[in-house]
Amino acid sequence: MDVKSNLKTAYSQQEGNSTHLASFQTENWKTFSGMGIPALKHEEWKYIPVKNIFKDEMNIAIESSNLEDTIIKKSILPGTEEANTIVFFNGRFQADHSIIHEKDALVVKSLETAAGDEDALFVEEHLGHSQAYHPDGVNALNGAFASGGAFIKLKKGKSLLQPLIIYHFSDSSNGFRFSQPRILASIEANAQITIVETYINIGGGESFTNEVIEICTGRDSITRYIKLQNEGKHSNHTGTTHVRQLERSNTHAVTITLDGAIVRNNLNMVMEDEHAESHMYGLYLLNGNTIADNHTIVDNRMPHCESNELYKGIMDDQSTGVFNGKIFVRKDSQKTNAYQSNKNILIGDQASANTKPQLEIFADDVKCSHGCTIGKLDEDALFYLRARGISEKNAKALLLQAFASDILGQIEHEAIKNYIEQLISERLSFQA
Amino acid sequence: MPEQQDDILEEITSSEYKYGFVTNIEADEAPKGLSEDTIRFISAKKNEPVWMLEYRLKAFQHWQKMEEPNWANVIYPTINFQDIIYYSAPKQKVSPKSLDEIDPELRNTFEKLGISLNEQKRLTGVAVDAVMDSISVATTFKEELSKVGVIFCSMSEAIQEHGELVKKYLGSVVPATDNYFTALNAAVFSDGSFCYIPKGVRCPMELSTYFRINAKNTGQFERTLIVAEEESYVSYLEGCTAPMRDENQLHAAVVELIAKEKAEIKYSTVQNWYPGDKEGKGGIYNFVTKRGICAGDHAKISWTQVETGSSVTWKYPSVILKGDNSIGEFYSVAVTNNFQQADTGTKMIHLGKNTRSRIVSKGISAGKSNNSYRGLVNVAKNATNARNFSQCDSLLLGDKCGAHTFPYIEVKNNTAVVEHEATTSKIGEDQIFYCNQRGMDTETAVALIINGFAKEVMNQLPMEFAVEAQKLLAISLEGSVG
Repeated sequence: MDVKSNLKTAYSQQEGNSTHLASFQTENWKTFSGMGIPALKHEEWKYIPVKNIFKDEMNIAIESSNLEDTIIKKSILPGTEEANTIVFFNGRFQADHSIIHEKDALVVKSLETAAGDEDALFVEEHLGHSQAYHPDGVNALNGAFASGGAFIKLKKGKSLLQPLIIYHFSDSSNGFRFSQPRILASIEANAQITIVETYINIGGGESFTNEVIEICTGRDSITRYIKLQNEGKHSNHTGTTHVRQLERSNTHAVTITLDGAIVRNNLNMVMEDEHAESHMYGLYLLNGNTIADNHTIVDNRMPHCESNELYKGIMDDQSTGVFNGKIFVRKDSQKTNAYQSNKNILIGDQASANTKPQLEIFADDVKCSHGCTIGKLDEDALFYLRARGISEKNAKALLLQAFASDILGQIEHEAIKNYIEQLISERLSFQA
Repeated sequence: MPEQQDDILEEITSSEYKYGFVTNIEADEAPKGLSEDTIRFISAKKNEPVWMLEYRLKAFQHWQKMEEPNWANVIYPTINFQDIIYYSAPKQKVSPKSLDEIDPELRNTFEKLGISLNEQKRLTGVAVDAVMDSISVATTFKEELSKVGVIFCSMSEAIQEHGELVKKYLGSVVPATDNYFTALNAAVFSDGSFCYIPKGVRCPMELSTYFRINAKNTGQFERTLIVAEEESYVSYLEGCTAPMRDENQLHAAVVELIAKEKAEIKYSTVQNWYPGDKEGKGGIYNFVTKRGICAGDHAKISWTQVETGSSVTWKYPSVILKGDNSIGEFYSVAVTNNFQQADTGTKMIHLGKNTRSRIVSKGISAGKSNNSYRGLVNVAKNATNARNFSQCDSLLLGDKCGAHTFPYIEVKNNTAVVEHEATTSKIGEDQIFYCNQRGMDTETAVALIINGFAKEVMNQLPMEFAVEAQKLLAISLEGSVG
């Protein structure tokens, strides 16, 4: 059996569901069948061989969960035991394993339920909005399997005391596992939330997660979003985080990529009302053969919006770091301020970096800038430390940690920040 | 200084496209359309050797298999390649031996362009090769150049007289199969300039080519080849104009530069093809492939361009830094107004060790135009200690234009240092206010600020061009303020 027919079997395996979701899936399946998997010739997939991930032996079958609580417990991020958690297993939402403490503020249910109850209208309106920005087979393929997705709603005026952590488990112990989680979130007016996503590969075999999360933010809401990728060398990932800032709202996203085989992250900020603000930070610390590709889009559709972006990369061994940042300033989006910066350090002599910061501007009263650098560690700084008796290895680790700390400092949640900081310092002291 | 500004202002208020005249010269034309016969016709007309015809036919066969590229950020109606006249030569009975023998009508044309061949010869000491429609009409200063061994002549002459050199280098930097338009050019190119600087010679004067499309429905496909042998130096200027016509005309040129060890080539362009009228009607499609190779160590190639014309521009002068310690530079000012579209930039391919490149690109968009910078900096695995600095700034005048940047940076060596910086903004109100306060009206203030914005690039131009280019900037932006 080849990939295509495997996918087809799995697709038809999905049970009948509410009308909108069913037609959404059909549409996406059609799109996927038409477009297929993007090749390297596709401008948006130029640097990552996503076709190579799709292998014949890929297992996409929808199976009932045999997830054990002990495995979940083991994977909980340190210091977040009190947090609200959502669990996905092999790309499907697990209501039984998800624990929501702050039930008066936060509603979590399956996308299928949401498409049939009082949130149906919202789902109809917002599900699949990311497709306009990623008209490719990968996004559509996720849409075709949306029935396993989850719906999140944070009620008006509520602010969560604890973060909402989404754990994505892929069970690769019985072979190459393909998971496709789908999430739609509504952050209502004046609400505040921290969403954390992290990925766990059970079994350590080959896996592939193709995720789409779409978030809509309301007036004066504040959304903090952290994506932590530390799955292991055999885990592939393509993910889209799509944020519609429907009214003036504030979004703050941090993407940390520490490990993986082929990793692609799309992060979109669509400013649909005046005075929206977004901050995007990213750190990719790569070694081995990892290829990590961060694509970001800031789409300024209304005047007076502001965005700030800083992505940093450290590439060791044969790893490849890719960055593509697009800033669109549409007609009449006057008084837009958009800044973007991408900095890369190449350590490994086989490592490479490809970056494409891209501005497309159709309004004149704007301030936009981008900058990017690719280089090595500063010789002078290294010498300074060496002159003070610090070994070369430690000096390098110190400098790289300082380089990374700009991004880590953006994580507000103390425990999560400390955890990631520890992961990074272990990695750096070991590899530098 | 104020006087000079008045001049600029006067020109701003009075001028449209001032090179839009048509010269009534009888032309010897190929029948419309493109086929093997057309190519044989061109080749026969030019009395070319067999290898040249074969080269053309091979390119044509390849071209037929290719598809027109559509990735650039420009929109234009499909070109009907059968509706173009591929060869048009001003009729002359015998080939001219000296300048005096050239058709006076033709000489008037060039005088109107501001390059009186005679005057140029005497006053500025710049050697000029003028190309009208498809063929080269005059080359000045030939004798003086040949004294030091410099060959500077039209491409057709070079094919006849320096066949071996042409055969060796033609297509070595830009192969016919490189892209759609280079294949087309290789098949139908009719003339161009050829320049050869022997070892150790510093070319005693600036070399210059003027291109002009005159006849209706013609396309211009010229081919320029410059070879600088070891330790030589040449500075080359190129200027272009065309008459005002309602229909679009195609210009698909190829320029190849070869710099051997310790050689330096400086290539400057002031491109002022007819940009179309205020409604976006007519104008030249300027689809040009320019590429240089620093073949030896310590070689240097520098591109400077001022782009104010053409309705659609599609052009990326590139440098392949093959020799160790070689240097590539790219300085560009691109101005678009009304409905013009420009997608231009450069490619710096670092292959050798300690190679350095510098990119300074200034884009100015006004009216309803779109201006894109598209560049590539590529550092290959063995390019140890490669260094690049790029800066691309965009200035927006008016709220209906667009400015875009697409820089590609690909680094495969961990000792390389690559920096890229880009900004987009409009002219600050405080800057205008400052000038107004000092008695300058807004239009003059804008001209001043724009010249300041582009100064870094203008400084790279040879004297003769710098003045002209500055005026061109102001003219192209006429009426776009307010």
